[in-house]
Amino acid sequence: MSPVWLQTRELARRSLVRTLRQPAQVVPTITFPLFLLAINAGGLDAATGIPGFPTDSYLTFALAVPFIQSGIFAVSNGGADLARDIETGFLDRLALTPMSGAALITGQLAGVVALGLLNAVVYLGVGLAAGATLEAGVAGALVLFALSLVIVFAFGCVGVYAAFRFGDGEAVQGLFPVMFVFLFLSSMALPRDLIEQEWFRTVATLNPVSYLIEGVRSLFIVGFDGRALALAFGCGMAIGMAFLALSVGRLRTRLVRT
Amino acid sequence: MSGFARTRSIAFAVAWRNLHNFFTNPVLIVPALLFPLFFFTAFAGGLSRVASAPGFDFAGDYTAFQFVFVLLQASAFGGVFTGFALARDFESGFGRRMMLSAPNRVGILGGYAIAAFARAVFIWVLLTAIALAVGMGVGGNAVDMLGLYALAGMINFAALMWAAGIALRIRSIQAGPLMQTPVFLIIFLAPVYVPIDLLSGWVESAARVNPLTAVIEAGRGFISGAETEVLLAFGAAAGLALLLAVWAFTGLRRAEAAGG
Amino acid sequence: MSDQRPASIEVEGLVKEFKKGPRAVDGIDLHVDPGEIYGFLGPNGAGKSTTVLMLTTLLPPDEGTARVAGYEVREDGARVRENIGAALQEAALDPYLTAREHMRLQTALHGLPKAERRRRGDDLIARLGLADAADRKVGGYSGGMKRRLDLALALVHGPRILFLDEPTTGLDPQSRSSLWEEVRRLAKQEGVTVFLTTQYLEEADSLADRVGIIDNGVIVAEGTPESLKEEIGEPSVEAVPADPSRNEDVMRVLHRFGGGDCPHYVNESIAVRLKGGSASLAEVVRALDAEGIEVVHLQLHAPTLDDVFLAKTGRTLEGAEEEDDDGEGETGAPNVASAQAAAV
Repeated sequence: MSPVWLQTRELARRSLVRTLRQPAQVVPTITFPLFLLAINAGGLDAATGIPGFPTDSYLTFALAVPFIQSGIFAVSNGGADLARDIETGFLDRLALTPMSGAALITGQLAGVVALGLLNAVVYLGVGLAAGATLEAGVAGALVLFALSLVIVFAFGCVGVYAAFRFGDGEAVQGLFPVMFVFLFLSSMALPRDLIEQEWFRTVATLNPVSYLIEGVRSLFIVGFDGRALALAFGCGMAIGMAFLALSVGRLRTRLVRT
Repeated sequence: MSGFARTRSIAFAVAWRNLHNFFTNPVLIVPALLFPLFFFTAFAGGLSRVASAPGFDFAGDYTAFQFVFVLLQASAFGGVFTGFALARDFESGFGRRMMLSAPNRVGILGGYAIAAFARAVFIWVLLTAIALAVGMGVGGNAVDMLGLYALAGMINFAALMWAAGIALRIRSIQAGPLMQTPVFLIIFLAPVYVPIDLLSGWVESAARVNPLTAVIEAGRGFISGAETEVLLAFGAAAGLALLLAVWAFTGLRRAEAAGG
Repeated sequence: MSDQRPASIEVEGLVKEFKKGPRAVDGIDLHVDPGEIYGFLGPNGAGKSTTVLMLTTLLPPDEGTARVAGYEVREDGARVRENIGAALQEAALDPYLTAREHMRLQTALHGLPKAERRRRGDDLIARLGLADAADRKVGGYSGGMKRRLDLALALVHGPRILFLDEPTTGLDPQSRSSLWEEVRRLAKQEGVTVFLTTQYLEEADSLADRVGIIDNGVIVAEGTPESLKEEIGEPSVEAVPADPSRNEDVMRVLHRFGGGDCPHYVNESIAVRLKGGSASLAEVVRALDAEGIEVVHLQLHAPTLDDVFLAKTGRTLEGAEEEDDDGEGETGAPNVASAQAAAV
């Protein structure tokens, strides 16, 4: 086994174990998005009567949102764990080993990515049990899980970058509401073409979170919509790659090993 | 100094300190201002098309419809966040100092109540100014608007009493989630986006028994000039305030028994 | 993992200066022989931890050279790290992992062969007395247990040089002495070179073969504890009169025995170094008696490393700590994160 692979595996294992041993990280990522889904599905069902609304079930329409919220939790969970490592000096301990930077970042995200996958399974299961439909079928479920992983990885990279940038858990946690701003200013509650206020529609169009939601949503209400999926995967990967690159740069600064 | 004057003096001292902290600490004041504005922007701006859903029979515009919800939400969370300050004070030992120096400890709670109300008024002014600036239609007259703000004040007090009851029993900021989660639940299990008749499923059932529903519906009635459920709303708000005040006062006795 | 170069530390003119901060390390020279325990003694903020961070390659020096295990820290960082183990100021552990899981991670990161990983981890856990707690999460460990695990993790790859940054700060006396025992064993039986920073005089005195005393980034004294104390020479006497109004009389009497040195206050006592050595104590007693001064406390005080510190810096080590606490001294020793942030 190559050293980098071994290091990645063990760091990933640690990240996973640590995540699962913190119920405070796991439980809210499942319950909070489902609670908001339940409220919105009941509270906004009347919106399906708006002419041009793409489905007659607001639950099906809104089921995409928890998958993004799972990503938002990945920002604070992944970032806060790394920030704690920096604050406690654990990162220095790792820095004294021949650890590779790539192994550190990849391994660090394993816990939140695994949790994201678990969340995706739960959201889909609960959503279908509550009466939502998945137009894309079983194959669509697999694509949905793949897209969920991309989303969680992308947001996780934002958290990792923030941890390297600030080195402070409180600052990373402070990103949580900021991420919610992106969520609320997207096509989360209504399709973009049904947003009445022009300025809001413009913001939602410029907001990459809209495309992530629309990609996930397309699997539920359309089936396989190549454009929506390409935009969602593209945006997710672009966010992930951009923040991964920034994180690698920050890691070099943070670990100025000679 | 008479007993009442003493209590009033304590209350104003506690309130001054709390407000001084609030207005001089960006970490406290910025989120308290930004969150209501953000919710107002996201709900009123992003969801206005919902007003064209069949059966949406609110007399005013959607901005006014959401303004009432955000006003009441901000008032409730203003109370809860003041409860956080109370918990922090007891955790740091400052609460014990207040208990030692105040012969009538009801004045301590009174001080936090004054502070919570002042914080809420500050947010109301800002939120109202912005809502009017973006063209919110107000159909109600001055008395109607006074009724709306009176309801908001009562909700602010009730939420503070809830949070204070928890804070005085646990005396640690660790109790934060316990203070805010039930308030969050009760607020969002009311008719947030549409009138109650357009809700569906279990959310509708929950909203029908939620005392805050009457308050929100009455508030929306006030702003649109089509008063509805006024007595029920004031009764529900007063009942909540009274019940939770008892909860807070028993919490105060617990804190005294535990030595602050 | 190890190589044939000497397990020594050689430092010349090492400097670290933080932006908007003090010159934390101001041109120090050091030489530590293989197998030696070198105690680096100084108050908070003296520059001890910054020196350790530079020697362990975690912080680049601004000037000077440092060779650790025969490798230059700036040019051969990876080779230096292969040869060293370090337990830095805070026991950097993950509260959600067990001791065994920490070992597994650390051995894997060091690339130990699979068969050796488990064996090495179990050996060290047992040797440091953590076998019973090996499968418990570290969050529930006592301070002493965390320090021992920290040390075990520093040793997984069999380093030839060990850096311990204030390893016993905050520990109870029993945990402290068990850690001392292990450090002694490592040096004497396994030939590990130990570079140990401490603010405890007793620790440096009892553990170190040689001691360097650092203050304000400068080494002010260096040698074996015995030679440093001998340098100070004579013992001192401390007296407390029963009647505080007679302090001046005590000063006058003790001045006669100080060979020109003025007596000074040490807390409530009046102290002077006895130029005539311990034999003159009897004369001090007679002189005080002759003046009719009743004393409630009279003590002969053999030279300590604190006296060395006092002689070299004009302050006691304790006093220097208090200055730091008052915020008048240097800023506290940086952790790597803040040090790097300040340096970058």
